[in-house]
Amino acid sequence: MSQTYRLNGKGRIDRSQPLTFTYDGKAYTGYRGDTLASALLANGVKLVGRSFKYHRPRGIMTAGSEEPNALVQLGEGNRTEPNTRATMVELFDGLSASSQNCWPSVKFDLQSINQKFAKLFPAGFYYKTFMFPASWWEPVYEKIIRNAAGLGKSPMERDPDSYAQKFAHCDVLIVGGGPAGLAAALAAGRTGARVILADEQNELGGSLLSDDAQIDGKLALEWVAESLAELEALEDVTVLRRTTVSGYYDYNYLTALERVTDHLGPQDDDSTPRQRFWKIRAKRVVLAQGAIERPLVFADNDRPGIMLASALRTYINRFGVLPGREIVVFTNNDTAYKTALDAKAAGARDVTVVDLRDDPKGALVKAAEDAGIRVFKGYAVVATTGKHAVNACEIAKLGDDNRTIVSDTTALPCDIMAHSNGWNPTVHLWSQARGKLNWDEAQQCFVPGFAGPWKPVSAGSGNGAFALKDCLSQGYATGAAAAKAAGFGSGDVPATPATDDIEYGAMRMVWTVPGKKPLGHGKAKHFHDHQNDVVASDIHLAAREGYISVEHLKRYTTTGMGTDQGKTSNVNALAIMAEIRNAAIPEVGTTTFRPPYTPVTFGAITGQNRNELFLQKRTTPMHKAHLDAGAVFEDVGDWKRPWYFPKGKETMDEAVMRECRQVRESVGMLDASTLGKIDIQGKDSAEFLNWIYTNKWDNLKPGRARYGLMLNEHGMVFDDGVTTRLADDHFHMTTTTGGAARVLGWLEEWSQTEWPKMDVYFTSVTEQWAVCTITGPKSRALLSELTSLDLDPETFPFMAMQEGTVAGAPARVYRISFTGDLAYEINVPARYGLHVWNALREAGRKHDLCLYGTETMHVLRAEKGFIIVGQDTDGTVTPMDLGMNWIVSKKKDDFLGRRSFARSDTAREGRKQLVGLLTQDPNFVLPEGAHVVEDVKPKPPMKTLGHVTSSYYSPNVGRSIALALVANGHNRKGDTLSVPLMSGRVEKVTITDTVFFDKEGTRTNG
Amino acid sequence: MKKYSIFAIARNARNHHQDWERAWRSPDPKPSYDVIIIGGGGHGLATAYYLAKECGITNVAVLEKGWLGGGNTGRNTTIVRSNYLWDESAALYDHAVKLWEGLSDELNYNVMFSQRGLLHLAHNVHDMQEIGRRGNAIYMNGIDSEFLTPEQVKEMVPIINLNCRYPVMGALLQRRGGTARHDAVAWGYARAADSMGVDIIQNCEVTGFKIENGVVKGVETTRGSIGANKVGVVAAGHSSVVAEMAGFRMPLESFPLQAFVSEPMKPIVDCVIMSNAIHAYISQSDKGELVIGGSGDPFISYSQRGSFDQIEHVVGPVIELYPIFSRVRMLRQWGGITDVTVDRSPIITKTPVDNMFFNCGWGTGGFKATPGSGRVFAHSIAQGDMHPIAAPFTMDRFHTGALIDEAAAAAVAH
Amino acid sequence: MFLVKCPWCGWREQTEFSYGGEAHIARPTGTDEISDQEWGDYIYSRKNTKGVHAERWVHTQGCGRWFNAVRHTVTDVMWDSYKMGEDAPNPPKDWDGLSSRDELEPSEGK
Repeated sequence: MSQTYRLNGKGRIDRSQPLTFTYDGKAYTGYRGDTLASALLANGVKLVGRSFKYHRPRGIMTAGSEEPNALVQLGEGNRTEPNTRATMVELFDGLSASSQNCWPSVKFDLQSINQKFAKLFPAGFYYKTFMFPASWWEPVYEKIIRNAAGLGKSPMERDPDSYAQKFAHCDVLIVGGGPAGLAAALAAGRTGARVILADEQNELGGSLLSDDAQIDGKLALEWVAESLAELEALEDVTVLRRTTVSGYYDYNYLTALERVTDHLGPQDDDSTPRQRFWKIRAKRVVLAQGAIERPLVFADNDRPGIMLASALRTYINRFGVLPGREIVVFTNNDTAYKTALDAKAAGARDVTVVDLRDDPKGALVKAAEDAGIRVFKGYAVVATTGKHAVNACEIAKLGDDNRTIVSDTTALPCDIMAHSNGWNPTVHLWSQARGKLNWDEAQQCFVPGFAGPWKPVSAGSGNGAFALKDCLSQGYATGAAAAKAAGFGSGDVPATPATDDIEYGAMRMVWTVPGKKPLGHGKAKHFHDHQNDVVASDIHLAAREGYISVEHLKRYTTTGMGTDQGKTSNVNALAIMAEIRNAAIPEVGTTTFRPPYTPVTFGAITGQNRNELFLQKRTTPMHKAHLDAGAVFEDVGDWKRPWYFPKGKETMDEAVMRECRQVRESVGMLDASTLGKIDIQGKDSAEFLNWIYTNKWDNLKPGRARYGLMLNEHGMVFDDGVTTRLADDHFHMTTTTGGAARVLGWLEEWSQTEWPKMDVYFTSVTEQWAVCTITGPKSRALLSELTSLDLDPETFPFMAMQEGTVAGAPARVYRISFTGDLAYEINVPARYGLHVWNALREAGRKHDLCLYGTETMHVLRAEKGFIIVGQDTDGTVTPMDLGMNWIVSKKKDDFLGRRSFARSDTAREGRKQLVGLLTQDPNFVLPEGAHVVEDVKPKPPMKTLGHVTSSYYSPNVGRSIALALVANGHNRKGDTLSVPLMSGRVEKVTITDTVFFDKEGTRTNG
Repeated sequence: MKKYSIFAIARNARNHHQDWERAWRSPDPKPSYDVIIIGGGGHGLATAYYLAKECGITNVAVLEKGWLGGGNTGRNTTIVRSNYLWDESAALYDHAVKLWEGLSDELNYNVMFSQRGLLHLAHNVHDMQEIGRRGNAIYMNGIDSEFLTPEQVKEMVPIINLNCRYPVMGALLQRRGGTARHDAVAWGYARAADSMGVDIIQNCEVTGFKIENGVVKGVETTRGSIGANKVGVVAAGHSSVVAEMAGFRMPLESFPLQAFVSEPMKPIVDCVIMSNAIHAYISQSDKGELVIGGSGDPFISYSQRGSFDQIEHVVGPVIELYPIFSRVRMLRQWGGITDVTVDRSPIITKTPVDNMFFNCGWGTGGFKATPGSGRVFAHSIAQGDMHPIAAPFTMDRFHTGALIDEAAAAAVAH
Repeated sequence: MFLVKCPWCGWREQTEFSYGGEAHIARPTGTDEISDQEWGDYIYSRKNTKGVHAERWVHTQGCGRWFNAVRHTVTDVMWDSYKMGEDAPNPPKDWDGLSSRDELEPSEGK
């Protein structure tokens, strides 16, 4: 395909690198350096999509990231991406893209029927209808709305690309690499400060890339090249291209998205990230983001081929594309004349300027006229025509009131229309940083005002200083000042070189250009938000209905809510509302600019933290043995714990039943390494534990262990465990697996904040000790084969700890039990864990040792009525509710949570209390979470008395067993209640105590 | 109030939509009112509506310091559900869901309540126990509740990655749960309340109270003093600030909560999916944006913004659960202020000042309760005594210990 | 993500720290003597100040120390922090919450 609209010899594209690409299935060519938008225009493609609501044909409106219209579905399969701005996609060989929000094709879109009914779709129409019949909302109306909305399509496959995150610290961050940003970087970089200069384009220069301005008598681009060379030679200056600073957060924390390989197309290997997400902490920030041209709001200003004047100029000068032959430039200011002049110089057959001003005086006006450009003064474009692209506009003389037409209309054929309504400084980041905005009456735009707490500075056209001379001088000044504030340089400002700025004449503000019919009459539409299809008459409607506050306006009409976040529409909308209200624009207000400046890929935010690195798994030193033994794992917090060890084709139930029996018959081994372990030292340790636990600790002898409950100040149980006194001033605390970090924090908090004078210190030793728990009648015999310790029950009784060796490893062996059977918890330094585990397993063969996991642990402890905090308690349960009054010391004056017991609700009779439940059908296992009721009704609601907290089939008891929290349960033992299940089954249950097995507790001694 | 309908739109279209009347008036404050509601969010406007509609009190003003719905009403992720653990909560939130079900019709304003179903995923044994208990509790309260297997979850959400870091083991489904259009709720209540004579006064900030002998007599505002027989405060995000003006404290703290949306896409997620274990919830708006939230920032702040790391902590899980969204882009993020109580349940209460009532502490979950909260609060104010559904939620519970602890069993409640 | 000043380690990212709620709430002594109301206030009642707020932080991912700090809860600017047991370094009455003490009084803060 020929690039009919490509200009010879012009532009910054690389003609030595031709590229082919497809759009909507059709092949085209372009060059390296093109954007998809410039390449499409070079090929004469103007129609690129359909609009959100009315499905009107849309084209390319801008040449930058503010683009509201030209959104395309980029790529295919696992690399497809919806809503991609054609103006920001750098062309690569093989690129494929398609139009979105149209069917069957962009030229023939069935939903364009919406245009016929446009009158029925004013702003907020959906709030007023689709209510009858009510049952139709979701299945009918909403379905239609959802299918019609939504622009592009989500990818449906896993993303093959990789992403990276990078943290950076710098002295001065400069956002924007146009003349102001470059000058700031030079001034700051020369001081030796660490400078990061980020620019969203593929090359630096900003507006100069599309301009023929001069600096020091040379083409400004030469100055850009020299500046860049100087910056890149500075060791502490980092220049980031294709990097959009997206968010400005507290204390000068800014995020930026660098597009690393997007411009090269899909990469074969993922070793280079597709995008890199920067998180930059800067001492000072210079915002030099430039300005965005404002569209004029005129009748049918959305046809393909109608674009911003600055965009046309960029396509001509930077990309070497003159996308039309007959060009009309519609403007209220002088800058658009540069576009007209450049179009003329580029060989446009006919260039006409329609100037709203009656008597424009700027030098450029004269230059245009001298160049043979026809200028209509005091005229307005009042209509446009053309089905899939603009083919003509009609102009008429504008009345002094700005609202009426005072002449007949004249048609001007054109295939490209460019327009300008002045400029808006890009103040998004300034506003994100909590900076205030001031209204500049002379220039009719918001400019940065009070800077707020993070003290950024703004330079150049982003600061409302549009002349090149001012961009440079403000750039140098802010760069030097920012560096000085960060501790570098003297603050001396480099001299500003000479520029060839031209004096501009005043603008004529016509916020709504009248059409041939009154606003809202007829078919013509005055778009101000092109992406969301919001028109000037929608603003009038919102005002009429009282949605006057700028936020109401925005939300009611959806103006500014598109993927462009209103970069071209917000100020026009405010101004139109101001006119309606007869108020000043700043009185109407400004909308809040919310991060990100341009949308940021979720994958980039995630960076490397995906798949294996998403949340790391914690495993114990014995993990390899568990894998070898075929364990099925359970997630407990971050830990992977063996859940059960199936043999052959055993189901979970079969494996657990076998494990449960074998532990009680011979011996079982559990990896208990994940239990939280805290080493406590200091002479006040015992006193401290007296505060933390409900029972007394000062009378515990060294070498002995005790079970404890921890309460929060509400008096509710939040953790439990066995703690052992190793010496007078030394304890070893164990906590639940999930509660380890919380308990350590709890201890630190109280010791540091409430009792800082106590001599007590805490160290987490969870990962330092591997724990092999062996339990069952043969556990003593097993251990005796591998240890130096005397295991005689007299010398090594229950609830004692001894130090010695096990399988040659130094060990602390605790004789404590969570099964009610004889048990030893063998703690060895983590590095010996696997060795000791394997040694015990080997020696266990002749003792019929079985490995067991957490599920069997749960069944065995339930047989004994031992609680699991978080399962049998839920943060609303006191020790008394658990029937554990014995653990609440009456001798201590106070401990954490104690006072709460006396509150009326906590002290009341009949609270939910932990009891055992036995089902009528001994083989039926109640579902955990099922509720207990007094009276069964045919259907809910039913008054519940409580719920089943733990429920298992116990092979050792020979029936199902359950624990439950039941209102007044402790006084209801022997009562029969019912458990109605969601399946409809009702099971009768009898309330019992919580110990189902070995009620006398004789098995602890083996 | 002129009725909204497709016919009204067609009729108005003929006249170029010139004749629509204001959705609500913009009156100047009167010298005094029977009831003043402080706070023009969804809850406050609903309170005024039910006072006028059901309690016969129409001499009511709603005072809003900014614009209607500008607080958490306009900043939340629009989820509606009533699958709460405790009976007291279930009664309150299901009262709201029942009102939601007829709300568009009642208000003649389409609030777009869409019962597209709400899933709570369970990722480990503890989660399974938690949804088991809660699902049964909800069932016992006569509220719809279903357990799904991972296969059923996959059927409902084909794009989900069941075998993620914490594999999906099951889910709790409330089919009556879903989403609504947040702004429309405020506007719909405002329009309906206004039509019954309620004065809705925006840009009117309360600066103090007139209290005589322990009885409230009126409020001081940026638009002058206004007398009142009774005052209802529904100022989420600023409950403590208003309470301080009245001379007491509310047992709550204000935390930032952030949310964000993706760029709009064609329909891809057809229900609300919440995952407590990995802290992310997601739905898709009618416009096509993925609406995503997570847990709040862990410090008090009135900045209406949070830390970016919280966003990262939500995006990570979203990509883990829905890997296809890796190339989708975040469009917009924002933050609100949530007033959080220790038991994650609201406070609907009389106060130490007679005739002054507070409705606050909804934390991260107030939007879903809007109609129910407004209705029981209106009745409580009118009666001078708590509505039975509101009675368990008074501030007394912080002395008696009768907390309604929705935080205890589930790590977070949204 | 704001910065928090640890009295031992200096200014660090907020994510290194855990928030510990309002500062200077002493646990009541003689808990048997106080009323349910007083006990409830101790557990649950907080100033929740909009503005200058004295609060506790702990440098969880750092030195592990608890300390107190004064922060403006509207701007999230931290005025200064101080060790447990020390008096709060109150900012000037007219502090606007826009600059920390280290910025305004560089010699004091270092």
